Amino acid sequence: MENEKFGMDARQQTDLKDPSRRSFIKQSSLLTAVALTPATALKAAEDHLDEQIAGVLEKLPLRMEVNGEMHNLSVEPRATLLDILREEMDLTGTKKGCDHGQCGACTVHVDGQRVNSCLTLGIMVNGKKVTTIEGLAKGDVLHPMQEAFLKHDGFQCGYCTPGQIMSAVACINEGHANSEGEIREYMSGNICRCGAYPNIVNAIMDVKNGGMEA
Amino acid sequence: MEEAIKTAIPSSADGMSRIDGRAKVTGKAKYAAEYRPDGLAYGVLAGSTIAKGTVTAIDIARAEKAPGVLAVVTHFNSPKVPGHQKPKKPTKKAGPILVFNDNVIHYNGQPIAMVIADTYERALYAASLVKATYNKQAHDTKPPSDISMGIAPWGKDSVRGEADAWKNAPFKLEQEYVIPTEVHNPMELHAIIAKWDGADKLTVWDKTQGTQATRDDIAKAFNIPAANVQVIAKFVGGAFGSALQVWPHEIAAILGAKLVRRPVKLVLHRQDMFTSVGHRPYTWQKVGIGATADGKLVGITHEAVGQTSTYEDFAEGPINVSKGLYACPNVTTRYKLLSLNIGTPTWMRGPGEATGAFALESALDELSYQVKIDPVQLRLINYAKVDPENGKPYSSKYLDEAYKMGADQIGWENRRQEAGAVKKDGWLVGYGMGGGMFGAYRDSATVKAVMRADGTLLLQTAVTDIGPGTGTAMVLIAADIMGLPADKIKFEMGDSSLPNAPMQGGSATTATVGGAVYDACTELKQKFQKLIGNGGTDNPDYAKILSDKNLAGLDVTTQSSLGADAQNKYSMQAWSVHFTRVLVHPATGVVKIDKVVSVADSGKVISQKTARSQLIGGAIGGIGMALMEDAIIDHRYGRYVNNNFADYHVPVNADIPQMEALFVNKPDSHINAMGAKGMAEISLIGMAAAVANAVFNATGKRVRDLPITPDKLI
Repeated sequence: MENEKFGMDARQQTDLKDPSRRSFIKQSSLLTAVALTPATALKAAEDHLDEQIAGVLEKLPLRMEVNGEMHNLSVEPRATLLDILREEMDLTGTKKGCDHGQCGACTVHVDGQRVNSCLTLGIMVNGKKVTTIEGLAKGDVLHPMQEAFLKHDGFQCGYCTPGQIMSAVACINEGHANSEGEIREYMSGNICRCGAYPNIVNAIMDVKNGGMEA
Repeated sequence: MEEAIKTAIPSSADGMSRIDGRAKVTGKAKYAAEYRPDGLAYGVLAGSTIAKGTVTAIDIARAEKAPGVLAVVTHFNSPKVPGHQKPKKPTKKAGPILVFNDNVIHYNGQPIAMVIADTYERALYAASLVKATYNKQAHDTKPPSDISMGIAPWGKDSVRGEADAWKNAPFKLEQEYVIPTEVHNPMELHAIIAKWDGADKLTVWDKTQGTQATRDDIAKAFNIPAANVQVIAKFVGGAFGSALQVWPHEIAAILGAKLVRRPVKLVLHRQDMFTSVGHRPYTWQKVGIGATADGKLVGITHEAVGQTSTYEDFAEGPINVSKGLYACPNVTTRYKLLSLNIGTPTWMRGPGEATGAFALESALDELSYQVKIDPVQLRLINYAKVDPENGKPYSSKYLDEAYKMGADQIGWENRRQEAGAVKKDGWLVGYGMGGGMFGAYRDSATVKAVMRADGTLLLQTAVTDIGPGTGTAMVLIAADIMGLPADKIKFEMGDSSLPNAPMQGGSATTATVGGAVYDACTELKQKFQKLIGNGGTDNPDYAKILSDKNLAGLDVTTQSSLGADAQNKYSMQAWSVHFTRVLVHPATGVVKIDKVVSVADSGKVISQKTARSQLIGGAIGGIGMALMEDAIIDHRYGRYVNNNFADYHVPVNADIPQMEALFVNKPDSHINAMGAKGMAEISLIGMAAAVANAVFNATGKRVRDLPITPDKLI
C-alpha cells in the first residue's frame, strides 16, 4: 500500500478520513501506548495534549536544503511547500497570490528548476535543494536580476516581485530569454497586477545581454 | 495638425530607483500576513452557498472536533461586536455586513462561519466541515440593461442647457455600452493579523490603503479609544481601491483573536476576493451624442445604471465625464443603481470615470466617422478651455499638448479615417485613441521632519504606499528642498501612530502628503537658517550646525492642505490621453496590442521612474478592461463561476508590448508648491476606449460590450 512507506497502517489511514478521529484518539490505546496513566490521559486531553499527539502522528519528516542550509522538519503531508516556507520557516519573501498555481507569486527553485511552491507539497521536495528569493543575493551583494529589477523598476507594489525574479533567473538559465517575445511568453506564468511587464522584460534583457552569472 | 512637440521618451532605467526597491527585490518587504506575534493562530472563513435567504442552522460539531481547532464562530455563538449593536438610522437598506451578527444572507459567499485553529492547514480543513442549512429565497443577480431599472441615488436628472439636445443635431447617434463586473484582484490577498494587547488595546497588521481610517473604524466597531488601536501597513501588495474600507473579514479576525485570546491571522482566498472586498460594478450605459457638420458638439445625453448590493448603495460617477471632458452646451445625465444579491461594489481605479469614459470616448469615435473628422481633431474642436459645469478656469490644463505628443509618437498620420483600410502581414491594423479626466484633489496631511545629529533627515507620516512609490516621491521632494542626497533621507510610513495622513486614494497622495513634506522641510530649513543667522546659507551643513549649537536634533511637525481660495477659484483636474495601435487577426479575431502611447497632463512629474511605471501600469489595467476582464455570475446560483486567475483573465506578459509613457510635465501652480497632480486614475481612464476604437478602426466592428473577446470579432 502506498501509505506504508510513510509508516501508516490501514487503520490510521481510515482514521484520517474519519472526522471524529480526534475523539477516537482520546479514547484509544494510543495514549496508553505512550505510557500515560488514565488520569494523566484525561488531563492530557483537557490540556489539548491529544492534539499535540495527533499533530505528531499526522506529521512526516522533511529534510530539505533551503538557501544552502539543511533543514530537518516535521510537516503534515498536506502542507504545501509555500505554507511551510512562509508559516514554519518565516521565509515570507515567497508570496501567496492564489494557492492554485495560477499567478506565479510563489515561484521558487527546486534543484534549479522554477516551480510553483503552492502546487508542491512539502514532502515532495524531501532531499532536494530549494532556493527562495531570500537566498538569491550573496550577502549584501544583490543578484544581477535583483539589480536589474531595481534599475528598470520591474514592479510597483512588489508583491509579485520575488516570484517574477525567481522565474526570470530560471527563464535565462533555461535558455528562454533570447528575445523580448520569448521572454514575454516564458514569463507569462507570473502575473503582475500593477502592470510592470515591459519593465520586467527590460530587466531580463539587460541581465541576459550583460551575461548573467548563473 | 500643428508641428508635433518633441519630447524625450523616458525609458524604464531613467530616474531614481525606489527607496524601498531593495526590500522588495530581496523578499525583506513585509506585507500584512507576514508578521509572527507569539501564539499566532489561523482563521479561515466559510461562506454561504446561497445568494439570498436566512441561515436556519450551522453544524459545527465536526469542525469543532477536528484537530487543532480553537474555536468555530458563527452568528449563533459569536460574541457581539459592540459597534454593531447600536441602533442605526432607519434607511431602506440594511447597511454594511455585520459579520456573525444575524442570519440574513445577502450574497453567495457571504461569511457565515470562521474556524480558528493552531495551523493554517487545520483551520482550512475544519472550515470544510462546517455545514449550513438555509431557508432559501429567490435571488436576483441579473445586471441592469435599461434606464428604467433601479433607483436614482441623487434624485432627478442633471441637465445643463437644453435636455436631450443631441436629438436635434444634424449628425447624431445613440448607442448602449456595457462594462462587466471587474475585480481589483491585487496580487496580495487581503489579509489581517489581529492581536489584542489588553482588554481594550489592539494591534493589527492589515492590508489597507489608510492606516488611520482603518484604526478609527475598528475602534468604533469595538467601542475602544482610537488611541488604543495601532494599524500597521508597511507594505501593501496593490489594492486599486479594494482596501479603502474595513471589510467583514477584518472584523472577524479581530473578534476571533479576542475569543481565543491569541493573535489571529486571516488571509482571504482568491475566490473571496471576488465577493468580499468589492468590485467595479457592472454598468449599463447609453450615450446619445450629436454634432454639427463642422464637428461642434450640440448635446450629450449620458445614462448609466450601475449594480449595487441589496444591503448598501454604492454610487460613483460614470456620467461625470460627459459633463466635464468637452465644451458642450447641452448635457443631460441620468444615473441609477440596481440592487442585486451581490457583495457591495467599491471604488476601483478611475472609479466611475473609467466606466463613463469607455462609453463617451467610444461614442465620440463613432461620431468622428459620421462627421468624417479625425478623432483628435474632433476633440480639439470641442476643447474645454474652462470647466463647462461652472465656468471656472482650470488650475492648469495642457491636454491639447498631450494630444499632439501622443499622436506624433504613435504615428497617427498612418491611421486612415476608414475602418479596415490598413493591413500588415495578414493582420488588420487599427489606430485608436481615448482620453480621460479625474479631479486633482489635495487633502490635509501632517508630516514630522526630524534632522538628526548625523545629518540625516527622517520624515514621518501615517500614509500607505500601495505601489506607486510614495516614499520615493516624498524623498525626492525633501531632497530638493533640503539640498540633501536622497540616501540621507528616510521616509517612515504605514503606521497609524505616525502623524495624520489620509488614505491613499483618489490620486491625491503626492499632492497631499507631498505638499506637507514640502512645507515641513521648508519650515525645518528656515529653522536652521535662523540658527545660522545672517540670512543663512543655501546649503547648510546640518550635522555641523547641530553639533556647533550642541543640539541632538531639530524637528518640525507641519500640517498642510489646499487653501480655500485656490479651491474656490479654480477647477482642478488631471488629464490623460491614450493612443493604441492594434493588430486583429481576421480569421481568429485575436487582438494583439502592438503599440501604446499614454500621455499624462498631471502637472510636474516628481519621480520620473515611478511615474512612468504608474502610467504604463494603469494603461495595462485598461487593456485588461478592454480585452479580458469579466467576472461572470451563474445566475441560477448567484455565484461567480470564474473566481480565479485561470478563468478571470488579466493581462499577462505575453499580452503587453513595450509601452510608451509621455508627460506634459508642466507644473500646476495652484495645487501645491511642487506643481504636481495625481496620476493613478487617469493612467487607466480612457484606455479601454482607445483599444475599442482601434479595434473598430482595424475591423469595422464596433464592440460596445466589454471585454472585446475574439468571438465578438468573427
